[in-house]
Amino acid sequence: MRDDYVAVDKFIDEGSRVLDLGCGDGGMLQHLDESKNVRGLGVEIDSDNITLCVSKGLNVIEQDIDNGLSNFADNSFDTVLLTQTLQAVHRPDYVLQEMLRVGKECIISFPNFGHWHARWHLMLRGKMPVSKFMPFEWYDTPNIHFCTVKDFEALCEKQHIRILQRTVQVAPGFKKRTSGWLNRAWPNLFAAYAIYHVTR
Amino acid sequence: MSEPNTYPATSMLIAPGSAGIVEPKKAHFGQPFTVSCGRILPSIDIVYETYGQLNADKSNAVLICHALSGDHHAAGLHSADDKKPGWWDNYIGPGKAIDTNHFYVVSLNNLGGCAGSTGPSSINPETGKQWGPDFPTLRVRDWVESQRMLADKLQIAQWAAVIGGSLGGMQAMRWALEYPDRLRHCVVIASAMKLSAQNIAFNKTSRTAISSDPDFHGGRYHEHNTLPKRGLAIARMIGHITYLSDNVMGEKFGRDLRSGSFERGIESELEFQVESYLRHQGDVFSESFDANTYMLMTRALDFFDLAREYGDDPVKAFAAAKCRFLVVSFTSDWRFAPERSRELVQALIGAEKSVSYAEIDAPQGHDSFLLPVERYNQVFSAYMQYAAKECVSQPDDQHQPQANTEVHHA
Repeated sequence: MRDDYVAVDKFIDEGSRVLDLGCGDGGMLQHLDESKNVRGLGVEIDSDNITLCVSKGLNVIEQDIDNGLSNFADNSFDTVLLTQTLQAVHRPDYVLQEMLRVGKECIISFPNFGHWHARWHLMLRGKMPVSKFMPFEWYDTPNIHFCTVKDFEALCEKQHIRILQRTVQVAPGFKKRTSGWLNRAWPNLFAAYAIYHVTR
Repeated sequence: MSEPNTYPATSMLIAPGSAGIVEPKKAHFGQPFTVSCGRILPSIDIVYETYGQLNADKSNAVLICHALSGDHHAAGLHSADDKKPGWWDNYIGPGKAIDTNHFYVVSLNNLGGCAGSTGPSSINPETGKQWGPDFPTLRVRDWVESQRMLADKLQIAQWAAVIGGSLGGMQAMRWALEYPDRLRHCVVIASAMKLSAQNIAFNKTSRTAISSDPDFHGGRYHEHNTLPKRGLAIARMIGHITYLSDNVMGEKFGRDLRSGSFERGIESELEFQVESYLRHQGDVFSESFDANTYMLMTRALDFFDLAREYGDDPVKAFAAAKCRFLVVSFTSDWRFAPERSRELVQALIGAEKSVSYAEIDAPQGHDSFLLPVERYNQVFSAYMQYAAKECVSQPDDQHQPQANTEVHHA
């Protein structure tokens, strides 16, 4: 099971209505369906992923979230998820606003570009970092808006988004811990991956 | 709305994936049928075909609702040397999206049709003459009602799925609202919750082509031993233009000539390939389709408005639906544009229904829903395979209890 499934799981209420933006092959929705019996809906643009979701009996809508969520009513979902997708959208600030309009609470996860490994890559090797969470080369990556933990929190402050909880995961290669002391002390430097539970 | 015009020749062998040789059946309903316009048909006949085996608990039945010019012959062949399979043979058969190894497929000719079910060319028992233009005006809900009667007769308490493209999709949606307990899945392809003004305008133009044919005689052409072929052909030509996209017409025909020449010094009458295509389509249709049925079907299309009786609120309309929905649209379809499907999906989300939506990038316009399109086939197949898993018993299981049905034998 993926680490982020477990991390997201604890923020989701039993039987709640969940919208998963950029749901991919539906792994998260399927997990939440099994663990929390959620009423889930995925949004995806990749045709193969849509077929995979459909074959699992999941609800999935073909839609580009960069065009907004105007077809979803205010407060119509208990939780809106955006896992590992924030860095791939054209206007992360706009998508965040839309998520908070549609959902009562939101969960956002992204790879932290401020992680020491990324900095190391850039500083010593002078190259864009490639890692477990950022496996693409700069020229073919869907990830066009990398940010750091600090950047994200600054945007939340600017948009008056309330952070309910932050969970961070350490770098690949380290022993798996979701909140080591380094993480807690300097998440911007030591978190490879951050998960935020936010609300208005 | 139209049938694909090219079929592989299958005269030698029945191709793998074919539903095989199929035979139409007729269901007779002796009781009066009250039409939603208030008039009464003393009795009705419904012609239908079935493909695949009904399982022991009757949980694997799928209803196919046809579009404007379709009929009961959706798949397979009527004889071994039949050149043309049913209109949805691309998607119905063993191993196909609507897999007859798993499903028992029922496909009928709608009431008011001209392929054997009671319609304008049937005899009105009260007058002993053909109904002609006096046949009652039908609405989509009348088709759903007659399909429900057929389901009762076949002892199908609940369809595994009700499936339709275009006008057929409207019937599938109406099923979900009228009989929410009687279907588990509703598949709506290239359809809309109501027609746009432009769509009604096309239908009006087609009807005017028919009614202004001197051979139409106000719909009483049979009494004059004639047929309004010219009008019907023009109606079909208009239809075909709107079922294809600009791009696919360009690719298929370009500016190629069928006869004549562009050369200087030669005076000849030109015929473009596209002209020849439309002429052929019009001619074939005008020989085989009934003009009064065309009028009736297009009027039912125009009339349909899913949410009219629900305060024009489609979210309210879908509130009672219990089934899951698959909605599919095609990017180049300008007759039933993806926007219409997105509106439907939005209403279903608003009503908190289970819905999946795929917007298929295909160049063939509205006709895409009938044609082999890889991605459409993949997502449609994936959806139906999941639906097949829910059918309790497989076709050869004999020890399943009878479904708890409320069947009213007609």
